[in-house]
Amino acid sequence: MGGLPLLSLMMAVPMAGAIACLFSNASAARWIALAATLIDLALGIVLWAGFDQSPDALQWQFQEYAPIFGRFAWALGIDGIALMLIVLTVFLMPICIGASWNAINKRVGEYMAAFLFMEVLMIGVFTAQDLYLFYIMFEAGLIPMYLIIGIWGGADRIYASYKFFLYTLLGSVLMLIAMMWMVHEAGTTQIPVLMAYDFDPKVQTLLFLAFFASFAVKMPMWPVHTWLPDAHVQAPTAGSVILAGVLLKMGGYGFIRFSLPMFPDASAQLAWLIWGLSMVAVVYTSLVALVQSDMKKLIAYSSVAHMAIVTVGLFAFNQAGIEGAMMVMLGHGLVSGALFLCVGVIYDRLHTREISRYGGLSINMPRYAVLFLLFTMASVGLPGTSNFVGEFLALMGIYQASSWVALVCTTGIILGAAYMLYLYRRICYGEQVNADAAAMPDLSVRELWLLAPIAAAVLWMGVYPESFLAPMRADIRALEARLAPTVPAGDSHITMGAPRPAGEATHEMEAHGGAH
Amino acid sequence: MIDSVSLLAVMPELVLTVGGLILLMVAAYAGDRAIRAVNLLSVATLAGAGAALACSLAHGPDAFDGLYRADAFSVFAKALIYAAAGASILLAPRFFSTDGAERAEYPILILFATIGMGMMVSAGDMLTLYVGLEMNSLAAYVLASFMRQDERSSEAGLKYFVLGSLASGILLYGISLLYGFTGSTGFDGIAIAIGDGLSNGELFGLVFILSGLAFKVSAVPFHMWTPDVYEGAPTPVTAFFASAPKVAAIGLLVRVAIEALGPAGLAWQQIMIFVALASILFGGVAAIGQTNIKRLMAYSSINNVGFALIGLACGTPAGVAATMSYMAIYVLMTIGAFACILQMRDADGKPVETIASLAGLSQSRKGLAAAFAIFMFSMAGIPPLFGFWAKFLVFEAAVGANLTALAAFGIAASVIGAFYYLKIIKTIYFDEPTAAYEARGGMIENGILTACAVVIVIGYLLNPVLDRASAAAAASLF
Repeated sequence: MGGLPLLSLMMAVPMAGAIACLFSNASAARWIALAATLIDLALGIVLWAGFDQSPDALQWQFQEYAPIFGRFAWALGIDGIALMLIVLTVFLMPICIGASWNAINKRVGEYMAAFLFMEVLMIGVFTAQDLYLFYIMFEAGLIPMYLIIGIWGGADRIYASYKFFLYTLLGSVLMLIAMMWMVHEAGTTQIPVLMAYDFDPKVQTLLFLAFFASFAVKMPMWPVHTWLPDAHVQAPTAGSVILAGVLLKMGGYGFIRFSLPMFPDASAQLAWLIWGLSMVAVVYTSLVALVQSDMKKLIAYSSVAHMAIVTVGLFAFNQAGIEGAMMVMLGHGLVSGALFLCVGVIYDRLHTREISRYGGLSINMPRYAVLFLLFTMASVGLPGTSNFVGEFLALMGIYQASSWVALVCTTGIILGAAYMLYLYRRICYGEQVNADAAAMPDLSVRELWLLAPIAAAVLWMGVYPESFLAPMRADIRALEARLAPTVPAGDSHITMGAPRPAGEATHEMEAHGGAH
Repeated sequence: MIDSVSLLAVMPELVLTVGGLILLMVAAYAGDRAIRAVNLLSVATLAGAGAALACSLAHGPDAFDGLYRADAFSVFAKALIYAAAGASILLAPRFFSTDGAERAEYPILILFATIGMGMMVSAGDMLTLYVGLEMNSLAAYVLASFMRQDERSSEAGLKYFVLGSLASGILLYGISLLYGFTGSTGFDGIAIAIGDGLSNGELFGLVFILSGLAFKVSAVPFHMWTPDVYEGAPTPVTAFFASAPKVAAIGLLVRVAIEALGPAGLAWQQIMIFVALASILFGGVAAIGQTNIKRLMAYSSINNVGFALIGLACGTPAGVAATMSYMAIYVLMTIGAFACILQMRDADGKPVETIASLAGLSQSRKGLAAAFAIFMFSMAGIPPLFGFWAKFLVFEAAVGANLTALAAFGIAASVIGAFYYLKIIKTIYFDEPTAAYEARGGMIENGILTACAVVIVIGYLLNPVLDRASAAAAASLF
């Protein structure tokens, strides 16, 4: 893959930008941050283009290895799954910087530095091939996010920042002990080796639970999701975007990279736990979302519901389910990010998140209403948008494993449609009861530039998901093979029909068509 | 008989003794005019002692027929002690000069305390241990009450003296019991005697000795003196107490536990586990309500000692290495944090100690605020800062010694500690500014602070060096 350490470079650019931002004035910091994130986006595209998707390609590409830390190494490398999440990260970052352009006007240098540092860590999480390096990147994200929520957040920001920090920290520390035990047992810190290592099934349960504690909080799964609405509501817009867009995906990535391949026996044994929590999450958080009067809180709860679809997809243990889970993660990253941006757009104008303070915005903000509608529909999972592909695959996957879980989780789509459309109706349709809301100007060019790329990506992912599925297919197939020996028997008993001769099928279709 | 080889082994102590005595004479005759020179020369003496460490290693570990050890372990500990003592001297003048309490005795007392600490970590015999300990303590009692006009300082000195004497008594009683039942005061002799099973008398002696030493490292339940002394003592002295004597006491405890009481490992392991977990929990919980930054640092030091003792509780070479690495990183963070605290001065240059006065520091003194945040996050054990690595090492050692449950409890309890460190960061970064501090800090303070902060941030690159040094130190005990 050539001599250029592309992954290190992708982390070095924002790091250098972060340091430069600390010593710059407000306007310089904005431009430095934008430039750094755009360079990283370009590098991300180079990475995607250079990623070998051919069937006989290596699973791990762009590998780097430098044992400079004594007990662990600077070991990087990506597979298709990590690639897609990195692309999502570098795609959202310039948008976050753009979203903060005017909204943040105090301590801009530090703000931009925190965001760029966050980007370094997010890329680090997805590229780390060393267990301890992963943990360091994973945990270090707490520092910039704590500062972002605490310094630039809303009125109740201090409570939210504490809750975010301590919840996530408490979740993660046990994972560290489990990691130490694994390294002690297996004698290596390399993730690819550990992914193929067979731990004693009895110990796997404990290890799985330790990792679960961390990823479930990060994901977040019911009942440890309560930090999320607080953090989202109090964080500045860009903070919410990055939180929903990428940070939540770290939990899902953790499940797919650690829990499933490293502890296949325990995953199968404890699948009921994940399924149970996810079913509760889908129904409960959707109902909670339905009665919210705060826009950001509503979207935060919808995130929890969507992430529950991710977990059931992952613990369906089959290709469709896991692919679906990945697609939901990518789609949700775009859509929830975009929805938070949409909230940010009107929040910047009226400085309130109360839904009832708005109404009839489609009259004075038509462009905004169109884009908001697109993202609402994508969040609902309308065919042709990103989330449809993911949700459909995930639910199809879980149906093979457990039809009851599939049944309950599918109600999430109906409830999702209910709360999202209800939200949209209250904001964009109806009478313009509030004069100040009716006087708000439509999207500015900057705001349009923030939302349009996401809209394009959402449609691309909905219409031609193959671009996103292709790089991951081989890795997910390998994961499925790893899980195959322990997979619990499904209850749907799907049997393939005998393929009929081609001519007969065409004939029937013609007859069918003729009947209309 | 004193042979020249043994003198070579105590070369660092000789350098300090001679240097200290000469400087005492200088201070006595030149008075307070020579303060600057005495300060600098004291630091030079410490540097000289540091250089002498190399020659103390040049021959076999035992000197004076086993009374004294000069091995990799003592060199590791002494290097830390000298560095911490040097920093405490360098940080002091600015503080004392604003109070008009600057005296040339301060660096000299620190030098004498340092000799005692060197003897503590080099002791091969209970008597050397006791002499070293008392030498350190006597200098420390005077240092605690160094500001004679200040009531809190005098109170701190008195409290420290009374409680310290009690602890010394307990320790001495333990030593006498152990001597009575084993017939030896040498670590080797004791180890041989208890190797054939622990009698009740020996067990009592062991408990008393460990209690006395737990007092010196301020581990729960013998911690009660720490907050008062830390709060009352002048801030540079507090910085000194929190760093160098901690290393010495932990080093001493490790050496006694492994070399003298090693065969009774199972007996003291339970005690260590209890003391470690109790210190972590109590240090964490009690710190939450504090409003004085020095008191908070006292509880923080109790908390940190708990983590360091987890390494010792393992009783393995990896565990001891982890404990020593922990102390190295701890000293770095403590000196850095106190360099920040020493800069907490109001507009008139008078020291302030309330945490509330830090509010909004990030807007008036960006650099200081960032350094403060780095040290606090690091103490809380959040990666990628170096403080995480310290905790990582002790927990890894615990997992390696099949004490996974201990590691799990310890790390879960560390989240409590994270809370109060976060509180300081919250005050600095999230709260609205109150009265601003003095516009800028002294050059030395800033220099030490920057050096510590940089190492804390890029510390992982030093891992190979630290690993090798601490492993060698631990290996010399087994």
